[in-house]
Amino acid sequence: MTSGVPTGGPASALAASVRAGERSAVEVVEDHLARIAAGDGELHSFLTVTADAARRSAAEVDRAVAAGIDPGPLAGVPVALKDNLCTRGVPTTAGSRILEGWLPPYDATVVTRLASAGAVVVGKTNLDEFAMGSSTESSAFGPTRNPHDPSRVPGGSSGGSAAAVAAGFAPLAIGSDTGGSVRQPAALCGVVGAKPTYGTVSRYGLIAFASSLDQIGPFATTVSDAALLLDVIAGHDPADSTSLASPPPRASAAVQRGVDGLRIGLVSELAAAEGLDPQVAARTREAAEALAAAGADLEEVSVPAAVYGLSAYYLIAPAEASSNLARYDGVRYGLREEGDDITEMYIRTRSAGFGPEVKRRIMLGTYALSAGYYDAYYAKAQKVRTLLVGDFDAAYRRFDALIAPTAPGGAFPLGSKTADPLAMYLNDVCTIPSNLAGHPAISVPFGTDRSGLPLGVQVLAPALGETVMFQVAAALEAAAVEVAAR
Amino acid sequence: MSSWETVIGLEVHVELRTETKMFCSCPNRFGGEPNTHVCPVCLGLPGSLPVLNSRAVEHAAAIGLALHCRVQRSIFHRKNYFYPDMPKDYQISQYDLPIDADGWLELPSGKRVGIERAHLEEDTGKSTHVGGGGRIHDADHSLVDFNRAGVPLVEIVSRPDLRSAEEARSYVEELRGILVAAGVSDGKMEEGSMRVDANVSVRPLGSGSLGTRCEIKNMNSLRSLGRAVEHEAARQVRLIEEGGTVTQETRHWNEDEGRTSSMRSKEEAYDYRYFPEPDLVAVDPDPDWLETVRAALPPMPADRRRTVAAAAGMEPGSDAVVTVVRLGLDGYVEAARSAGADANLAVRRLANEVAADSGSVGNLEVGSWVALLAMESEGKLTTAQARTVLKELLAAGGDPAEIAAAHGFEALDEDVLAGALDEVISADPEAWARYLAGEDKLQGLFIGRLKAATGGKADLAAASGLLRARRAAASP
Ligand SMILES: [Zn+2]
Repeated sequence: MTSGVPTGGPASALAASVRAGERSAVEVVEDHLARIAAGDGELHSFLTVTADAARRSAAEVDRAVAAGIDPGPLAGVPVALKDNLCTRGVPTTAGSRILEGWLPPYDATVVTRLASAGAVVVGKTNLDEFAMGSSTESSAFGPTRNPHDPSRVPGGSSGGSAAAVAAGFAPLAIGSDTGGSVRQPAALCGVVGAKPTYGTVSRYGLIAFASSLDQIGPFATTVSDAALLLDVIAGHDPADSTSLASPPPRASAAVQRGVDGLRIGLVSELAAAEGLDPQVAARTREAAEALAAAGADLEEVSVPAAVYGLSAYYLIAPAEASSNLARYDGVRYGLREEGDDITEMYIRTRSAGFGPEVKRRIMLGTYALSAGYYDAYYAKAQKVRTLLVGDFDAAYRRFDALIAPTAPGGAFPLGSKTADPLAMYLNDVCTIPSNLAGHPAISVPFGTDRSGLPLGVQVLAPALGETVMFQVAAALEAAAVEVAAR
Repeated sequence: MSSWETVIGLEVHVELRTETKMFCSCPNRFGGEPNTHVCPVCLGLPGSLPVLNSRAVEHAAAIGLALHCRVQRSIFHRKNYFYPDMPKDYQISQYDLPIDADGWLELPSGKRVGIERAHLEEDTGKSTHVGGGGRIHDADHSLVDFNRAGVPLVEIVSRPDLRSAEEARSYVEELRGILVAAGVSDGKMEEGSMRVDANVSVRPLGSGSLGTRCEIKNMNSLRSLGRAVEHEAARQVRLIEEGGTVTQETRHWNEDEGRTSSMRSKEEAYDYRYFPEPDLVAVDPDPDWLETVRAALPPMPADRRRTVAAAAGMEPGSDAVVTVVRLGLDGYVEAARSAGADANLAVRRLANEVAADSGSVGNLEVGSWVALLAMESEGKLTTAQARTVLKELLAAGGDPAEIAAAHGFEALDEDVLAGALDEVISADPEAWARYLAGEDKLQGLFIGRLKAATGGKADLAAASGLLRARRAAASP
């Protein structure tokens, strides 16, 4: 059943031609910088374009090739970085006023790994402030627009990275996913986005939102390119105590295996989630049928605790965020608004530096951790998490992988949900369970809604199940091409 | 005051002597130009993550073992509060699962003081408040030095088992001895590497329940700990006797004014919003590893006191034994004992002459020391002469026999001493008769005259023995 499964993708093709000396990395990067210059005025996917640094690293890649040294698996491939990844000497804002002008003195581990694989960073992409949001509208520096329809959002919080890949500004991008922040914008922008097993990719240098849920993940236009990028950024890092001792097996080896004989479950609770667009439900069902047609054993499966995921997430994530964001106090770096005493300085700085969504979550989280409320909120949410892991474990005793919708609908118009935080939070209902469980999940484009906007279907796998996840994702990708051609 | 009992529990913060800080590879060194021992991690820069220093864990385990604690699986929590010298505005600490739990420490008096827990945490930076009263709220501006931020600390919490300022001091002194012996801290209170907070309450003597306690902070020496506890207990008694009640609060000890003043009440206490630190994993000590830590521990002060006391035939809690062990001079007792010298004499000399000049003990070679003891117990030197020789050995080292010779300290031989005594006796037959009749106090008179007659060379112990022998021979 491997016929028809696409292999490679634009990133691997570029790297191959650069490594072979057929194309120069400088030419590749100039081409992409030109696309950014032409198109990003409207989309605003980048907060900073690092054109000069990109030209320098591309020239280095070309020198290496000329000297007979292999620059690595991503030789000369332009990559866009979400602006919550620290880059030495390059502005890193996390989409917040409070970090405007701050220059990190160090590179995130992911950034170092990309550089040693020969990738060329072209810029830092827009995001919801501190990655808190599902539309990129809470960025302090203005929203990003969806390349498929600029009146609509790209999703979030990694909306800039998703839009940059969808618009062809870079074949690859890095995002971070705390409750769906890679997968949901990938779905809304019609690209592939994955959240690996917690601990697969080092968080060192990722500006924390909710430390026990945050995980860095790849964006690409194909499943195969996403696997290639994950293989480069995954691996143990002694600087991150939660980094796994051994990384999952190479993801890119799995994409051509097909799904013949695999047991795949469709998660009932997520396939029928509250507020799901019927078009999304229809595409998810078609995806299931396509996998069955490709040889998989397909059945519905119940993961009962999945319905409590959203509630648990909106206690745990804000609780951790309230602590992680305490350091933005005006004392050492970033914004400072002077006050008559230290307390007033704290209040003025944080009032001016944080936007409303960040303030809302800091307040929620502070409340959830307060004396007298801890057991009722934070501790109970952690119990839900344990239950959810148990339910997933039960499902994975019967199934190799699970599928579910990625987002409840397609890209929505800018401003349509900003006044209703709960409606916005519901965007993550299908993606959150994987973060709470620490499991990998990937969103693959699968068909469109009534307006012709892209939709995504998710593949979920058990911890360290990246191989089977990419295997199923590649089959879905192939099926999507066939469905579209019908 | 006599009808009241003081109840004290102590919280001691100890800076661990590790090469690097608790969660990063910056040097753990006292002093240095401000903000030179810093990196993204100990500055709490966005995106940085902590990695636990395994030496700090080893030191904390050693403390637990030395304090007879259960060394257990532990996790870290975040203690959240805003303070400018705390880079992340939370402190990584341990909360309900500390590394060490339920131990005890034995005071020289033999009393066992319960140890509730000992846990790992990171230190903060240091603020200097410029202008105003030197306190944060009225300063013109403040300067922060983060060199100390992230230095590993262990906080050791005693049970409320101490009953006086004297016992509190004894506890801290004993704890310091244990920490120094275990090699985990330099124990310097004045440099802040040991910081003590005291929970003090009072209750009617004989009462079984605890009074309301106040936590006293800012005592930077043993002396100020004793003064602060005494002052605070007296303040609480006065308050209650005047019809008032003690309110639970944190109080600041002012060394110059010699009094405590209120810092913050229970109502103003922070809600630290503790929750498990998601950036770190649990510390689960392997039993085999723990055994190697235990095996590497040298004998602790209480055991050493027992060893010294047994050699010298003294009580382990006697001042001389306590002093010898506190100053780490027990090696000299062991040297004396194994050389067959008088260990009791050794302890007395060490606790007095050597202790008085303990900074010079490096000059005192074991061979010279044992030789000197032998000369004294064999009567070759008088007590006074031996003290003089010991002082010179401490000052500059050397050979005790040569030093004695240079001073002309040849103790008189038995015959010369006997002849001199006979002369003293025959010079005052009236006094001799009274002495024979039982007037014991006249012994001093004869010894004094003998000392004068021999120019101080008479060995006083030998002389008194001789005098008693003469009396026995003269009596019917
Ligand atoms: Zn450091």
